[in-house]
Amino acid sequence: MSDNTETGTTPADATGAAGAPPKANEFKRVVRVFFGRTLYVIGFVIVVILILTAIFAPFIATHDPYETNLREKLEQPSSRHWLGTDSVGRDTYSRIIYGTQVSLLIGFSAVFASAVVGMLMGLAAAHFGGIVFALIMRFADALMALPGIILVLLIAGLGGGGIPVVIFALGFGGIAPQCRMMCGLALSVKQNDYVLAGRAMGMSNWRMMLTQIFPNAFPPLMVGITMGIGGVVLGEAGLSFLGIGVMPPVPSWGGMVNDGQRYLLHNPMLSLAPGVAIMLLVFGFNMMGDGIRDAVDPKLRGVI
Amino acid sequence: MNAPDNDLMVEVKNLKMYFPITRGILRRKVADVKAIDDISFEIKTHETLGLVGESGCGKTTTGRCILRLYRPTSGTITFNGKEITNVRESKLKPLRSNMGAIFQDPFGSLNPRQTAGTIVGTPLIVHDMATGSELNDRVAELFNLVGLDPGMKDRVPHEFSGGQRQRIGVARALACRPSLVICDEPISALDVSIQAQIINLLEELQEQLGLTYLFIAHDLAVVQHISDRVAVMYLGRIVELTTSEELYENPLHPYTQALLSSIPIPDPKTEKTRTRIILKGEVPSPVNPPPGCHFHPRCHMAVEECSRERPPLRDIGNGHFVACIRI
Repeated sequence: MSDNTETGTTPADATGAAGAPPKANEFKRVVRVFFGRTLYVIGFVIVVILILTAIFAPFIATHDPYETNLREKLEQPSSRHWLGTDSVGRDTYSRIIYGTQVSLLIGFSAVFASAVVGMLMGLAAAHFGGIVFALIMRFADALMALPGIILVLLIAGLGGGGIPVVIFALGFGGIAPQCRMMCGLALSVKQNDYVLAGRAMGMSNWRMMLTQIFPNAFPPLMVGITMGIGGVVLGEAGLSFLGIGVMPPVPSWGGMVNDGQRYLLHNPMLSLAPGVAIMLLVFGFNMMGDGIRDAVDPKLRGVI
Repeated sequence: MNAPDNDLMVEVKNLKMYFPITRGILRRKVADVKAIDDISFEIKTHETLGLVGESGCGKTTTGRCILRLYRPTSGTITFNGKEITNVRESKLKPLRSNMGAIFQDPFGSLNPRQTAGTIVGTPLIVHDMATGSELNDRVAELFNLVGLDPGMKDRVPHEFSGGQRQRIGVARALACRPSLVICDEPISALDVSIQAQIINLLEELQEQLGLTYLFIAHDLAVVQHISDRVAVMYLGRIVELTTSEELYENPLHPYTQALLSSIPIPDPKTEKTRTRIILKGEVPSPVNPPPGCHFHPRCHMAVEECSRERPPLRDIGNGHFVACIRI
């Protein structure tokens, strides 16, 4: 798919680059492209702020996120409780700050795990073909045939909840799509002569997969991975609502949205604030993924 | 086997490469694409053997069989006195460092996400031939060898022109100091002015490094220029094989004659007198080739007998081989 456009666009560009000026520092170019678009910068800033928030949560939060105070329950936003308090008087603002840690931990770990496993499976299926391809892809098909939510519920239910179980359940659900995507992209990359050249020079299977096929198949997957982080955070929210996600006193955005829905008319901030946090996270990661994809695209080298 | 003949680098005997066409979930074989249908030839040390024919006639497949990118259906391929036809993939590695491959498309044959230096250096890493500063020196040496500035080795393929990219491809093919280089249409994707540069580069390198080439192309003029001997292929078979002077002065097979008559002569007077042999019809499918001589349905001198028996490639003197019963 992307390969066709590649061969289609390169000849024209290559002639332009024939007498190209001395190459500027590659890293600088990537940074320049990435920071040249406002949306990417906004996404990047959001992600950086979220990560910093997670790391420095104790300094940013105004209250202990676990401290209950029944006299101050369900308060509206005030100068003391910036975003109000929940049904047991915990400070919503502080819980959102600490919830960043939980959300990012689950988002990164689950997506990372499913991406590594799924991509390795997809790469192996595409590279070896034959029986390996048949076994891996039928396994992926079987996983996809189960409705995702049932699979996740089953694992989380059997595991009994808690952060590690949530990571495993949501990560497991992400393997099949990653595997299928990778396999399709790797198969199209395999059509290129440089893969043939690699075989002709006696490259090992590992070297072929990791240096030739993977780098060319990976960029389109980057967007899927960043979106996956947002999806996992949403999935965690669903699990928490059903009581098999992150276990109660631990602050999680999804859990907070669901806690607050009972008071939606009376105190909308309880659900709205963590909802906005989730939205910002998803938006930030999506924009950042788009930006990285454009920035590392070698077809743009020398053009921008 | 006989003692290896030092003069022969590659010996191909009765090579067949059939690609099965399968159908249904049981992968039942319904037919074969007979890409190469029983061919035999030799490549002598330090010579350039040209392989010409129209697209789909099996020239590229022949090159890939010798590179052992395919496992031939039957027949034998001997390289430097050693039979390599059925050597397992894991035992092929030493062989691979001794053969280079240059590909047709300079845009598709270089990994767009690696720098030129990495591309050229990878064969050395794969074969544990150099590391560290030694690797850098060797890559720079290879860049100089093919006429590229070593200062450009941190650029990616996209930043080079077509001719420069093909030079990178040549450098990669030569990285492990191979004795045989399979050039699979190395110039047909390039501009005419660049074609000459690459041809000259290949000739210089052959002289300098004592290389042996299998030069696959469909451009007859180019093949005549670079080759010592030329094999003409038609639908999976070699129809004529001889020295390039002999082939162009005295083509015997009607297919070769038709091919040669299609070359324009760069002299208006002679060009007017040139008679073209226009072939009728299309190339038949290699799935179901015509019986007897594959060329007989399009041949202007075919007789009844041509459709009955396959004409053998026989020597008619002076190493001129031709597969035609009418000669």
